[in-house]
Amino acid sequence: MDHLDELENQSIFILREAYKNFKNLAMLWSIGKDSTILVWLARKAFFGHCPIPLVHIDTTYKIPAMIEYRDHYAKKWGLNLVVGKNQKALDEGMNHEKGRMVCCEALKTQGLHCIMEEHGYTGLILGIRRDEEGTRAKERYFSPRDKNFEWNFKDQPPELWDQYKTTFADDTHIRIHPILHWTELNVWEYILREKIPIIDLYFATPEGKRYRSLGCAPCTGTIDSNAKNVEEIVEELKYNTTTSERSGRAQDQENTYAMQKLRARGYM
Amino acid sequence: MGNNGDAQELASRLMRMVIVGHVDHGKSTLVGRLLSDTGSLPEGKLDFVKDICNQQGKDFEFAFLLDALQEEQEQGITIDTSQIFFHTPKRKYVIIDAPGHKEFLKNMVTGAADAEAALLLIDAKEGVQEQSRRHGYILKLLGLTQVAVVINKMDLVGYDEKVYSKIKTEYSKFLESLGVEAREFIPVSAKLGVNIAALKDEMPWYKGPTVLNMLDQFEKKPRPDHLPFRFPVQDVYKFDERRIIAGRVESGKLKVGDRVIFSPSSKQAVVKTIEAWSVPEQPNAATSSESIGFTLDEQIFVERGDVCTLMDELPIVSTTFDANVFWMGKRNLEKGRKFTIKLNTQEVECEVHEFKKAIDASTLETLSNQDYIAKNDVAELTLKTRSPVAFDLFGSIASTGRFVLVDEYDVCGGGIITTYSPITKEDKLRDEVRTRDFNWIKSDIKPEERAYRNGHRAVLILITGEPLSGKGPLARTLEYSLFQNNFQSYLLDRRNVNLGVSADLSESTVEDESARRLGEVAKLFLDAGHVVISTSNAFHKEVQEDLRLLANPYQVIEIQVASQPTGEPDIILSLDEAQDTKIASTKIQDFLKEKKILMGHNYSI
Repeated sequence: MDHLDELENQSIFILREAYKNFKNLAMLWSIGKDSTILVWLARKAFFGHCPIPLVHIDTTYKIPAMIEYRDHYAKKWGLNLVVGKNQKALDEGMNHEKGRMVCCEALKTQGLHCIMEEHGYTGLILGIRRDEEGTRAKERYFSPRDKNFEWNFKDQPPELWDQYKTTFADDTHIRIHPILHWTELNVWEYILREKIPIIDLYFATPEGKRYRSLGCAPCTGTIDSNAKNVEEIVEELKYNTTTSERSGRAQDQENTYAMQKLRARGYM
Repeated sequence: MGNNGDAQELASRLMRMVIVGHVDHGKSTLVGRLLSDTGSLPEGKLDFVKDICNQQGKDFEFAFLLDALQEEQEQGITIDTSQIFFHTPKRKYVIIDAPGHKEFLKNMVTGAADAEAALLLIDAKEGVQEQSRRHGYILKLLGLTQVAVVINKMDLVGYDEKVYSKIKTEYSKFLESLGVEAREFIPVSAKLGVNIAALKDEMPWYKGPTVLNMLDQFEKKPRPDHLPFRFPVQDVYKFDERRIIAGRVESGKLKVGDRVIFSPSSKQAVVKTIEAWSVPEQPNAATSSESIGFTLDEQIFVERGDVCTLMDELPIVSTTFDANVFWMGKRNLEKGRKFTIKLNTQEVECEVHEFKKAIDASTLETLSNQDYIAKNDVAELTLKTRSPVAFDLFGSIASTGRFVLVDEYDVCGGGIITTYSPITKEDKLRDEVRTRDFNWIKSDIKPEERAYRNGHRAVLILITGEPLSGKGPLARTLEYSLFQNNFQSYLLDRRNVNLGVSADLSESTVEDESARRLGEVAKLFLDAGHVVISTSNAFHKEVQEDLRLLANPYQVIEIQVASQPTGEPDIILSLDEAQDTKIASTKIQDFLKEKKILMGHNYSI
């Protein structure tokens, strides 16, 4: 059993715990590499099936190729896809020019609130990882959120011996993070090993640019890279880790504690 | 794979480390220094943190690298556990920076619970403090005994060997009282990078390894493949035509064709397939740490919480056991209140039966005559669960010998099972049965061979019901009918057992002991391969439970004759149906055929 097997087995264990313990469970699918391997891991955990509905929060500012990819694989893999939008904010003309954090909060966080309320989800599976940025390093596998979706990072439940928080008060919900312990490199190594079809925005264009992290078109930048396929990305990450993964994500750079503030208020 | 291959494989795996110790003894600084000195920091990270320090008008410190949360920096303490990856030329590490403040014990526990080795930090100037001892104790309780002590801030005491020796003597003594031996005491200055990556000149009297050298000397825990097979059932899936039992192998190995038994129910079946999706080839075996799923050759009722093992390596099943527990709850752990125990995938209500010893974990003082423990303290106690749970002693199989306690919605305590001595009558009997089974001298003739010769597997058919419901005549007809069909049937009448085997029992002691003897006689007939038929009064639920326990590991089929059935019998017959003993007997035999207990002669198995 190698390190990837270890990671995979642990994630499958967590997905099964989530599926068993939560009646109304959903998985967030951002179309990015992380949540796509999550879909793959679910199919491993449930022997070819994905019994958990997939929620995609559409800000309408997503890169168009992402929507095509989403619809193609949702059909091909027989996924139960639920698309959520904060229509009210969009009608009122919300966009990143009103402030990146304001926009993220309205279209992503509030968009998520709406869809969770509508479907009554009590558990939400997300593909965040500890190595992404400092705030996420503090997360638990099973992380409670109160009725206002807020994360009390000062008072988190203990997690030991794979016993997770699976009981909670009525007006709270749980965020579940099955790939919390993976690194960016692990994710790409796994994509390579499993031959998981991944959206080609991650691969370098002839001009030597690629996305390292995907988000809304106006706020997501590319990095300089010549990695044209998964093998080359793995090589790039192994030997050239000079910048952080989310360096292309504008909202993180807004101010020192941007991510912490966003997450405490329910951002993914 | 040869030994060499194993060693390589172990070395290539990620090493999980935890750094613990009293608040402000320099854990975050050490981690920051390790990251920096091994070249494991992403470019720009250092500058980013330096910028923040400038913004806040503070001097740069390595600890800030880790303190990603605003509040943390304001208070200057690590609130939660951070996981940081770094590497030495030998291998990769993930280091868990656990908080040292007393209030955050649960975070320290979270960090330390799945680490394989620990560094315990002590401030040279402050010496051994409350959390130094508490964390030492918790590490021991978590089964983490690969520990090195790092004596930090030596620069503040002039790199004085006497200071080092005093702390080393004091803390060694403490660890010794726990039965733990530190691998090394390393004097360092994390802030100035002394003895972290390289031995510097400041302390020529110290000849031991640097912190990095020490880390590389720690051993990876081998996977528990050599231990008995343990598979706590996580879930049962029926997404398609397959009925898959899903879970994780906690220890040992399983292969297709193994006969397995589920505890506490004692149901058995044979593993038909091991299922997997999108793999190069379908597996036919599984080992520890693998999250797997398998199908069985017959449809027995299995549910989450059952522990699947091989036939000759059963876990302990009991409602009482002794444990060492640490408590992190806001409310006390006390007698008379109900908690939920989560032991692998089992979840049962429980309570403290007895506090043997309540201990202040920071001083190791016994809190005498105390029937509770408060937050941050530990205890040796006896727990009692509402229904039987399957487990092992922590010392024999760690992953099935530990548990957490849930108070209302929250995990508030953790514990390891140290010893087991039965307290209730049921536990005592179960224990006797297990001792019997472990020491049973097995015949050279395998049960499968007897089954092949007899055309059936051994089984105890228990006909239950109210007095005068016609159980007796039905049992006689069934015995005769099976015999006519060339099966080895025997009607074991309790009255006959009482006439001989139990003739010495007085009226007052008769019930329990005569039931036990009836069960043991039945077990002998089962061992000889027979279909044993017996009857039991519906009022004697306890007798029936005893018989089931004693017949273990053989199957028990209950036929209940009743107008209003109780429990979970395999077949229910109305009083009218039982009257016509021939039809009823045929119905029972059809059921036994369906369950593949009656297989017919020359049936290939």
